[in-house]
Amino acid sequence: MPLDDFDRRLIAATQAGLPLVPRPFDAVGERLGCSGEQVRRRLQAMLDQGLVRRIGAVPNHYRLGFTANGMTVWDVADERVDELGAEVGALPGVSHCYRRPRRLPQWRYNLFAMLHGRSRAEVEAQRGQVRALLGAACRADDVLYSSAILKKTGLRLNEG
Amino acid sequence: MFDVIHPDDLRLIARLHGGLPLVERPYRAVADELGLGEEHVIARLQALLADGVLTRFGPLFQIERAGGAFVLAAMQVPAARFDAVAAQVNARPEVAHNYRREHALNLWFVAAATSADAVEHAIQAIEADTGLTVLRFPKEREFFVELKLPLLEPVEADHAAG
Repeated sequence: MPLDDFDRRLIAATQAGLPLVPRPFDAVGERLGCSGEQVRRRLQAMLDQGLVRRIGAVPNHYRLGFTANGMTVWDVADERVDELGAEVGALPGVSHCYRRPRRLPQWRYNLFAMLHGRSRAEVEAQRGQVRALLGAACRADDVLYSSAILKKTGLRLNEG
Repeated sequence: MFDVIHPDDLRLIARLHGGLPLVERPYRAVADELGLGEEHVIARLQALLADGVLTRFGPLFQIERAGGAFVLAAMQVPAARFDAVAAQVNARPEVAHNYRREHALNLWFVAAATSADAVEHAIQAIEADTGLTVLRFPKEREFFVELKLPLLEPVEADHAAG
């Protein structure tokens, strides 16, 4: 569904963060010229529509001790990737799991699963679980460890 | 290296994975659940954000549901130019995340905007700025996105793995 003007202003006012004051929705409402209750009602509607995933905290995995972050990538038979992707996504330690297009010849992998662990050994153990789950449906795989976070700001829409 | 996070902070972060309640005084509601004070919850969130333990706190928008788009993209950047190219990529406001990875494709970023056209425009601008090819990996299907790190489990994995 398209965003209306109020939605855009609400997103712009909160995308950098919710105010850390006792009545944060009232504070947002003051900026937007409406009541805190209207802000909460609209956010609830956005949650119901899936436009807001949740109102919560995004941790820096590194700072919480999850210093090993492996983007695992898998070349899975097209006819089984959807069924198996759902199972991979449900494994513990998997934070994101997507089907994406191959880019041949440089890139043969169509399933991406992000694994987080306190060590590479932990990530490799999780990778073994994914490999076992995929079995013969997977023809090749790789893991790309991150060596630096270069930017992590989340979504930014322009105001107005 | 990483910090030792206070157990009350871990409980707070784990609780907030589940989402902040949409009530007039949400921090008080969370504080009551955890047996903490409202002022303490607010002060700890401020401190965790200031310290960088949390990168963000607030509504997490799924802009695709409103016609927006996210694209994962990768580049093969010569080592000697890496920092300069990373800065060129980061300078684009559409770039939400950017990671260096150990692979021939060594720079992976996510571009987000209110339309697929705007994302494509940003990626083309990056190609023009850097003179490098960007491989696009738009998501075709999402199977699961949820932070479910075992924050409250004891740290045993290193021992178990050894």
